[in-house]
Amino acid sequence: MEVEEIVEGILLGNKRALARGITYVENDFPEGKEVMKRIYKHTGRAHVVGITGFPGVGKSTTVSKLTQEFRKRGKKVGIVAVDPGSPFTGGALLGDRLRMDGLDTNRQLWLDPGVFFRSMSSRGKAGGLAAKTGDVVRLMDAFGFDVIMVETVGAGQSEVDIIEVADTAIVVLMPEMGDDIQINKAGILEIGDIYVVNKADLGGAEKTEKWLKAMLMMDQEAVEILSKTTHADEAAVESGEIFARMKKGKGWIPPVIKTIADRGEGIEELANAIEEHKRFMEESGLLKERRARRLSRELFDLIMDEIKERLATDESLGFREMVDRVINNEIDPHTAVEQILKVLIKENGV
Amino acid sequence: MEKKIRVLVAKVGLDGHDRGAKVVARFLRDAGFEVIYTGLHRTPQEVAMAAVQEDVDVVGISLHSGAHMALVPKVINYIREYGGDPDEIVILVGGIIPEDEFDDLKAMGVDGVFIPGTPISEIIDFIKEMVPKKKEQARKKKAVA
Ligand code: B12
Ligand SMILES: Nc1nc2c(ncn2[C@@H]2O[C@H](COP(=O)(O)OP(=O)(O)OP(=O)(O)O)[C@@H](O)[C@H]2O)c(=O)[nH]1
Ligand SMILES: [Mg+2]
Repeated sequence: MEVEEIVEGILLGNKRALARGITYVENDFPEGKEVMKRIYKHTGRAHVVGITGFPGVGKSTTVSKLTQEFRKRGKKVGIVAVDPGSPFTGGALLGDRLRMDGLDTNRQLWLDPGVFFRSMSSRGKAGGLAAKTGDVVRLMDAFGFDVIMVETVGAGQSEVDIIEVADTAIVVLMPEMGDDIQINKAGILEIGDIYVVNKADLGGAEKTEKWLKAMLMMDQEAVEILSKTTHADEAAVESGEIFARMKKGKGWIPPVIKTIADRGEGIEELANAIEEHKRFMEESGLLKERRARRLSRELFDLIMDEIKERLATDESLGFREMVDRVINNEIDPHTAVEQILKVLIKENGV
Repeated sequence: MEKKIRVLVAKVGLDGHDRGAKVVARFLRDAGFEVIYTGLHRTPQEVAMAAVQEDVDVVGISLHSGAHMALVPKVINYIREYGGDPDEIVILVGGIIPEDEFDDLKAMGVDGVFIPGTPISEIIDFIKEMVPKKKEQARKKKAVA
């Protein structure tokens, strides 16, 4: 398919064009870059929901049920599900799609015209997403989905990449998942806009919910509040009520929602929380701010990539020679960098 | 960058034999392919729609129910109906298939049939050879049309 055909197809809602556009972008074809350039002005409308959490906690099951719920609410839903790709063989087994309810459950998400699902391999990249996940989200955005859900690799630690794409980040946990230190270590308590304790049928969910709430409240202000409490406040501290009272109207307090995803329990509440967070982000101006910060990081990364590529391929820039000179002790690395930068800037007439 | 080969491994209909499909999916992954497994009990429409949305190079249908003559052409036709091009996709069938039906399946557009006992390496080599070949054939066909 030609670039023209793909861009037009995407804007007209042709799924095959979207699928092929994703393939071009994912494989770094020159056509992919061209498609991205042309669709950019049609993006920014969709609400992007990220779903992250340890392996097997129920992310894909939650995505399937949320898709149903958003479809009931008249929204079109795009999904990007990332699974780990082996850095050794390059292969990947992409198994998130199979949790999507199909005809076997008397539902029809696989064929629903308002749903598009794409599996992606992380291709060995750390952080929970593939290098091109952000661009794939943009393609879906231009296509016209109202909600785009992005499921990260269930790697467990440092899956913080999700904040590079999500307007609302959901962290899924389950009962008995280890102690608070482990959860803290993974860094996921900093990234969630909404927390889900799934598999509530397994028992122990209340306990997890309780300490999660406590952990989430634990900022500087909370410490001050705590230092002023007396024994009489203990019940309000335990339930987290004291923080809710003190912090009312001061911003977003991540809600903790218990679900039994495979039975669809708690999903309506979760969808409500997502919509509430969206409203909060829009009205507070934080959505604009978050997206702006993200774009500035993205631009920075793109420039760095471009420079690396130039240094590696354009021999007239003399990168190799400079490396040799540093190796031979003819020049120190800092001076070398300054000289290369001078050449780079002159080359491009800046 | 070279394009990664994407393979859809599908179970269609009421057939519950998933061991072969899972084993094949796993070995194809180890061979460096990106493999999407559909899980059990998919309809031909679901498999076809997944093939289009996932933009796969290979669709592998695993069948042990005896219903292959009815289900395989359905999958192929629905791929076309949903805007995909079966001419540029390598179509494989695996499982319990009587040898005297191989030719009928091939006439329907199936590129390769693999029955119990097939060494996985044979499947891998077949995919590596057929993916570029089919794309080239489809390109030529389009150029003529
Ligand atoms: C294990 C087994 C079962 C297990 C299934 C467990 C599971 N989760 O898979 C159980 C006990 C549940 C079962 C049940 C039945 N079974 Co049974 N089963 C078998 C058995 C003994 C082995 C199958 C197996 O796992 N092989 C190992 C795997 C690795 O091999 P494979 O699947 O053939 O895969 C290879 C190739 O076929 C090919 N391949 C397969 N899929 C794919 C996909 C792709 C993309 C590619 C490229 C290649 C490929 O590559 C693989 C590697 O070489 C076979 C007999 C046999 N030896 O084949 C009967 C057999 C398949 N079963 C049969 C029958 C009839 C049944 C039942 C209907 C029996 C009954 N009356 O209840 C039920 C139906 C259940 C259902 N809902 O579908 C018949 C099928 C007859 C037919 N279709 O003509 C067989 C052939 C036995 C027989 N000789 O009668 N079965
Ligand atoms: N008991 C119970 N099991 C659940 C629940 N939700 C999901 N599961 C099961 O948990 C298993 C894993 O679910 P997935 O949705 O695939 O989990 P995931 O987080 O997407 O997994 P990865 O993508 O592999 O990290 C499946 O067997 C589900 O059926 C639940 O609420 N309760
Ligand atoms: Mg998953």
